[in-house]
Amino acid sequence: MREKRNIFFLPAVSLLVSGLLGGCGKVAILNPAGPIGRAERDLILTALGLMMIVVVPVILMALWFPRRYSASRKDAAYTPKWTRSAKLELIVWLVPIAIVTTLGHLAWSGAHRLDPFRPMDRGVKPVNVEVVAMDWKWLFIYPDQDIAVINKLVFPAGTPLSFRITSDTVVNSFFIPRLGSQMYAMAGMVSRLHLLADKPGLYYGQSQQFSGKGYAGMHFEARAVSAARFKDWLENVRRSPDRLDAVRFKKLEKPSIDAPVTYFSNVEPGLFDRIVGSFVNMGPMAKARPPVRPGVAGAVAGVR
Amino acid sequence: MLGKLTLSAIPFHDPIVMGAVSGSVLLGAAIVALITCYGKWGYLWNEWLTSLDHKRIGVMYLVLALVMLLRGLSDAVMMRAQQALAVGGSHGFLPPEHFDQIFTAHGTIMIIFMAMPFIAGLMNIIVPQQIGARDVAFPFLNSLSLWLTVAGALLVMVSLGVGEFSKAGWSGYSPLTEKLFSPGTGVDYWDWAIQIAGIASLMSAINFFVTILRMRAPGMNLMRMPLFTWAVFFTTVLMICSFPVLTVSLAMLSLDRYLGMHFFSNTFGGNIMMYVNLFWMWGHPEVYIVILPAFGIFSEIVATFSAKRLFGYKSLVYATGAITLFSFGVWLHHFFTMGAGPDVNAVFGITTMIIAVPTGVKIFNWLFTMYRGRVRLTVPMYWTLGFIVSFTLGGATGVLMGVPPADFVVHNSLFLVAHFHTMLITGALFGLVAGYSYWFPKITGFRLNEKWGKRAFFFWLAGFYLAFGPLYLLGLMGMPRRMWHYSNPAWHPWLVVAACGTALIVIGTFLLIVQLVVSYRERKDNLDLTGDPYDGRTLEWVTSSPPPVYNFAEIPVVHDIDALADMKERGEVHKRPARYHDIEIPENSGAGFLIGVLTFCSGFALVWYIWWLAAASAAGVVLIVIARSFDDHTHRIIPASEIERIEENRYRQLEAARSGRSEISPA
Repeated sequence: MREKRNIFFLPAVSLLVSGLLGGCGKVAILNPAGPIGRAERDLILTALGLMMIVVVPVILMALWFPRRYSASRKDAAYTPKWTRSAKLELIVWLVPIAIVTTLGHLAWSGAHRLDPFRPMDRGVKPVNVEVVAMDWKWLFIYPDQDIAVINKLVFPAGTPLSFRITSDTVVNSFFIPRLGSQMYAMAGMVSRLHLLADKPGLYYGQSQQFSGKGYAGMHFEARAVSAARFKDWLENVRRSPDRLDAVRFKKLEKPSIDAPVTYFSNVEPGLFDRIVGSFVNMGPMAKARPPVRPGVAGAVAGVR
Repeated sequence: MLGKLTLSAIPFHDPIVMGAVSGSVLLGAAIVALITCYGKWGYLWNEWLTSLDHKRIGVMYLVLALVMLLRGLSDAVMMRAQQALAVGGSHGFLPPEHFDQIFTAHGTIMIIFMAMPFIAGLMNIIVPQQIGARDVAFPFLNSLSLWLTVAGALLVMVSLGVGEFSKAGWSGYSPLTEKLFSPGTGVDYWDWAIQIAGIASLMSAINFFVTILRMRAPGMNLMRMPLFTWAVFFTTVLMICSFPVLTVSLAMLSLDRYLGMHFFSNTFGGNIMMYVNLFWMWGHPEVYIVILPAFGIFSEIVATFSAKRLFGYKSLVYATGAITLFSFGVWLHHFFTMGAGPDVNAVFGITTMIIAVPTGVKIFNWLFTMYRGRVRLTVPMYWTLGFIVSFTLGGATGVLMGVPPADFVVHNSLFLVAHFHTMLITGALFGLVAGYSYWFPKITGFRLNEKWGKRAFFFWLAGFYLAFGPLYLLGLMGMPRRMWHYSNPAWHPWLVVAACGTALIVIGTFLLIVQLVVSYRERKDNLDLTGDPYDGRTLEWVTSSPPPVYNFAEIPVVHDIDALADMKERGEVHKRPARYHDIEIPENSGAGFLIGVLTFCSGFALVWYIWWLAAASAAGVVLIVIARSFDDHTHRIIPASEIERIEENRYRQLEAARSGRSEISPA
């Protein structure tokens, strides 16, 4: 995705607020590490700035009027019959309408520009990751590299990430705050998300949708590394003796809390689609059965 | 015989739960002992439990709301304390299964069993008086609504000591609430409690919808109704249109859980997104159901204490109507991150923002009502001003989350929690407490102590900002909601600050109770003999405080908006009628109470699979309804002579109040 500077972008506000709160680098949303998060932060600050046009006068009036027209001040003007004024009513309807129209435009363009399903156009081949929310851990399958990892996401900085997301259990939400947008993970359905990290760094990820007893432990390291480092890491994973096939997956499905990071050097082809399909093809009983045509299931249920 | 219920359902091993349970049981026993000791059972039964008087029913709703507020608040205290402790290596004092029940109970209680009964209480007491009516349209239905709400609340309370409450959040998203993921009794308690209270709310809504449309005093056309009545009217419309959705979705969830169907399961063709959609199709209007009446209360308070008619009355009515209409078109903003396309997300984002326009208009109209008024800064006005400032800020964060990409990063974070608490605490609760202090003299006959009221307000306000300010920041720091434990140490200090804020809110609540006690003890000095302590503008201030059971000896005739202010101008207040007439009022009935008891038994039996009891109680309910329909003595007549006696006493009282004496006690 090309980074188009928003015309409503208020650099001053952004600088001020980030300086105040984000200076320490702890306020993830105001201190994004990628273009998606940055665009979203800019939208937040722009929208808040616009709304201050109404909010500030309201607060001032709310604090001033009761003093100015206090019953104890007999000198203050008192017009008990003054109950309407076409001019004022026009202002109180039109100013909010103008602001909402502007914000509505931002919402419309933003929703399209930052649609999580929309691929990023960076002229680089994206890294594909298949994300499965499980009880209570994250399974990341790298289909092109044929590896899988539990509770750790490693990826090259500067390269778009293309996620396909589903759940093997209840609803969860896949979220790496400093990179931007979250997306629900739902059983039998595939949702998409595209993110990018500018620079190498350690960004945490988590589930943002309550999913039961082990929910609080569903966080993971999301580490952006250089291309060379990424290659080394892949080699490292491939040395793992653990392989992810149907039998191993069955074991993995048992609910566990705070599951340790686990590397799988090999993944059964089509596992992700089979997980999605197992819900579409009716019930846990069908899980052992391969879907009729791998990959179709997702298209039926969730992918637009 | 007892279904799934065994002794092991009682969590003897959990000291926190057992402490709360034994506390509640002891308190209950103490109340029972006191009633017995003073021989008040007959009084309680005849004057309260079986009463069909809308004012008595309203007071009982308020008592329920207060009790549930204390319960919901203690849940909040435990959550904040847990999150202030459970960082890194420390796991706090609550295990996840307990913490999850607490946040579920907190949400369910505060919305369904605190805010809703509070609103029902105030609208019961005030609406008939504001429109110049002697009672509601269906007095028996009114009593039934109350006792069903109590039955629902009791189910939630019982889940504390017998079994467990739901661990799936107050919104109960499937498939987490399906049997496969929540096999225990918790979700069933949650389901039946809300189901029963929901039906009660629906009946209440129909009752007030008809009351407002059919029972207004002569001359009070729609465009002369007080704003609170307007707000309640739109609220009933919202309830009538939205509660059936909740009832049906919960029934479908019950079918899934009890009969193994697959409406909302993630297997066998169930659709989990359907539940989420249905829930919020009720859930978003529900937000306005609790906020609109508060808007109405603020409107009354601002007009009265500015000694001015509301600025832009019509504008306010249309704005309320617009909010009602639009509130049905925004539900999807609760789940922008579910993966709907950008067109759908953007449309719902824009409708969400549009709602801010009429809301903004209302706020401006309140401000312009104060402009060039004679503003008296009483306790209700404090709550109102606290509301205007905080609600505007909270509204801005709401509009912000209406921008879908902004929502993508703050959805389900503590930012969201802070946002909706701003709306519900300063929007709904501040309004309800303001209404409680405003109408208290009308309800009891004496005024609340102002000094303690102001203290309570400042503790609440400061506590609110201290508790929820940090949550906005924590949301931006990426902290999700509903975490019993977290490992990010950067969040910790802010959660400690939030816990301190909660402590201030607890003190504020305690001060409200102190205010009540002090005011009761000093009641002789604060008697409201005129029935109109604030120079009121609407009809409820014509009656005595507390009003006689029939409210108006003669139904007033309305000529203008702010009927009472208009009467005062024309010097027509408290004119003696030429002669008094007999008045027919509803006869007491214990049927509503009994149906409440049986419905509770039925709900409890369904939770524990005690089929015979469920069937027997349901059959009992049907029998009582049939028996009640054959009861011909549903009304009694108060003879004109009795009315004359009460009214003449009232005139003497007014006379005494005017000449500054107060030795004649209120009737």
